[in-house]
Amino acid sequence: MNPVFEKGGKLYWLHSTIDAFETFLHVPGTVTRKGAHVRDAIDLKRILILVVIAAAPAALFGMWNVGYQHGLAIGDGRLDILGNFWYGFLKVLPLYVVSYVVGLGIEFASSQIRGEEVSEGYLVSGFFIPLIVPVDIPLWMLAIAVAFAVIFGKEVFGGTGMNFVNPAILTRAFLFFSYPNQMSGSACWISHKPAEQLVDGFTGATPLALDGASAQYGTGFWDLFIGTVPGSVGETSVIAILLGAVLLIWTGIASWKIMFSGVLGALFVGFLGQWAGIGTISAPMQLLYGGFAFGIVFMATDPVTSAQTECGKWIYGFLIGALCITVRLFNPGYAEGMMLAILLMNITAPLIDHCVVSVHISRRNKKFNAAKI
Amino acid sequence: MSNTIVLKKGLDIPIAGAAEPVVSKTALTDIIAIQPSDFKGLTPRLLVKEGDRVLAGSPVLSDKLRPEILVTSPVSGTVQGIVRGEKRKLLAVCIANDHLQTCADSASAPSAGADAQQVKKALLAAGLWPWIVQRPYGVIADPGATPKAIFVSAFSTAPLAPDPVFCFDGSLKYIQAAISALAGLSAGGVHVGLPAGTDSPFARLTGCTLHRFAGKHPAGNVGVQISHICPIRKDETVWTVSLLGLEAIGRFLATGKVDLRRKVAVCGPMAIEPSYVETLPGMQMKEIAGHYGTSAAEIRFISGDALSGRSIGEDGCLGFFDNQITLLREGTEEELLGWIRPLRWKQYSHDHSYFSWLTPWRRYGMDTNLHGGPRAFLMNEGYYQKVLPMDIFPVFLAKACLAGDIEKMEKFGIYEVLPEDLAVCEFIDPSKNNIQDIIAQGIDLMRKEMA
Repeated sequence: MNPVFEKGGKLYWLHSTIDAFETFLHVPGTVTRKGAHVRDAIDLKRILILVVIAAAPAALFGMWNVGYQHGLAIGDGRLDILGNFWYGFLKVLPLYVVSYVVGLGIEFASSQIRGEEVSEGYLVSGFFIPLIVPVDIPLWMLAIAVAFAVIFGKEVFGGTGMNFVNPAILTRAFLFFSYPNQMSGSACWISHKPAEQLVDGFTGATPLALDGASAQYGTGFWDLFIGTVPGSVGETSVIAILLGAVLLIWTGIASWKIMFSGVLGALFVGFLGQWAGIGTISAPMQLLYGGFAFGIVFMATDPVTSAQTECGKWIYGFLIGALCITVRLFNPGYAEGMMLAILLMNITAPLIDHCVVSVHISRRNKKFNAAKI
Repeated sequence: MSNTIVLKKGLDIPIAGAAEPVVSKTALTDIIAIQPSDFKGLTPRLLVKEGDRVLAGSPVLSDKLRPEILVTSPVSGTVQGIVRGEKRKLLAVCIANDHLQTCADSASAPSAGADAQQVKKALLAAGLWPWIVQRPYGVIADPGATPKAIFVSAFSTAPLAPDPVFCFDGSLKYIQAAISALAGLSAGGVHVGLPAGTDSPFARLTGCTLHRFAGKHPAGNVGVQISHICPIRKDETVWTVSLLGLEAIGRFLATGKVDLRRKVAVCGPMAIEPSYVETLPGMQMKEIAGHYGTSAAEIRFISGDALSGRSIGEDGCLGFFDNQITLLREGTEEELLGWIRPLRWKQYSHDHSYFSWLTPWRRYGMDTNLHGGPRAFLMNEGYYQKVLPMDIFPVFLAKACLAGDIEKMEKFGIYEVLPEDLAVCEFIDPSKNNIQDIIAQGIDLMRKEMA
């Protein structure tokens, strides 16, 4: 590194930023100083870039779907795959720019203040945020929400690894409670300009809010599974999300226990609701609607904010699934419960861990007392 | 015979350069060094001055707090120099070897059938007591205490660890003598951990309880074995002795001589013709110049294994308790876009985000590069527990140590571990935390607060 960026140099205030770009380009030549002299080749950059790669199919599909839904809404089916994708790409790109510029800007500044290297955590959060907001969200709102989430959700606690709420979920929650008009109802999920002529019988509601009414898009199993329905940018395609899930589970980055128990929890409450005659959606179909799939695969499994213990993960995942469907079934005000379920369980995760660890320790003590030599 | 305890968790580090089982050289070096830093829990008091004549087994250092604990010279000769560091901290006592190996009279073996007190006294006088390590904390045992039991691991799973069958070939009688003598010092007797599956010569040991262990590193660590045989509770102490220590103690009991000669494995990716050297503790690295050639500046010299050994440098000396020297390349070069390359064929990772799991037979020329930058803990307990065959939460324990929270450290099992037991967790940590150092600091704090 140029000495001007080192401590005492004129541009020291850029140290963390320069270091971040340098280590992005090269694996640095730092050697081990203490402890194990050899180390595994794995690092956080590798782990987090794999999360981004896992979410890429959902993002690419989401961009195409933005164009496709727009075409359906104005009754114009002339655009081909690439045309739809391009339309969506141009719509989503500004969201990415805002997400990364604001988020990374704050991240770089905080790292410099703390005197640490820039952590890669925001690479992932910043990639997720545009995927879980409506495509037509005003950019200034997004900027404020990102700033709030990164500063108060993460940096005040000490940065990536120290936060207890997932910054991406916090961004969405902030938008949801601060600007409900832009974040709910039926006006925000399909991209279109006020001047554009809409088709007869047009509705902007997502399948979950539709509640069985007719719409200009299909609402069958395959429509939901493939994802050709309106919704937040990246949440609609279950098949694209499953591709990501396979990669995450294979590499062990995300916990299959959380995903599996989340599905179990959702099915459990879903069947209870079906049995009691609440709601019109069958339990297995609940898994395809709304943000459940995206949330349980990418958001709930964030290793920092999920339960830390293996046993705790089962409880944590189950409760997320159960809470999500509970909100869907019993709360007419919020059509979707995934965000709130994850947020609540993020906050509860340390409690779950505390209980799991306490039980483990008392069991261990019993075992110790029984052990004889 | 006892049952085999199968440990499913763990990781063998596939590092290249295992030592061939031949002794390539006998290096009874001209100058040996005794370094107080090798003796954990010893506050050194110097008993010799420059120019003094010493014999093999005559005292060089004693403990300030427990003066009966002595460190004695492994050779006869003259004290050539006393190396001090900052604030006059004693770093090493250098002794010029006269190659006569005359033994001191002060060290004499107890007669056959001696009781525990006599054995203790003889070991203390001969300077062999520091081989007996106390758990918790991994410090030199307190001669006044009676431990719950004494544990010995008869194999090592550490990377490139020397083969005990080769190293202690012909010493079985000494090891047996030591076990028989030490058995009287504890209430619970001596427990020996053997590798499963192989016909280990140590299975013929008598007067002790044998346990068999199957598994990857750190299954050979005595701490891991203790936690499966009989975990250490608060206010309990157990003692551990290495095979090397048993050999030295047994030889002393049988012959009356303090003889610390040992076969040392010179290994690692940078070792030329990795093999064994017969030598004494405190040997200088230049004695093995033939094994590293001319590129010493690019080599890290490690006394011990690649995970838990100590970096000693080209001018350093073999540690008092070590029988392995690992030579690694200093990995100081930058790697363009390294972390994003899909393959990185020459690097090892246990993680499935690389592909080295496809070639489990490969051995890697690992270097000392950190492969990343330090970050906060991000991955969960499960990620680390995969390689730790103990019933503890490694990340919670490390965080308790970082926070200096005594109560939590106790709860999470600080009494059961030494840094070396969590070395594999440190190896695989993607956040590049120095977990062993964190644990060591936690142990230091415990010793200070609980004293």
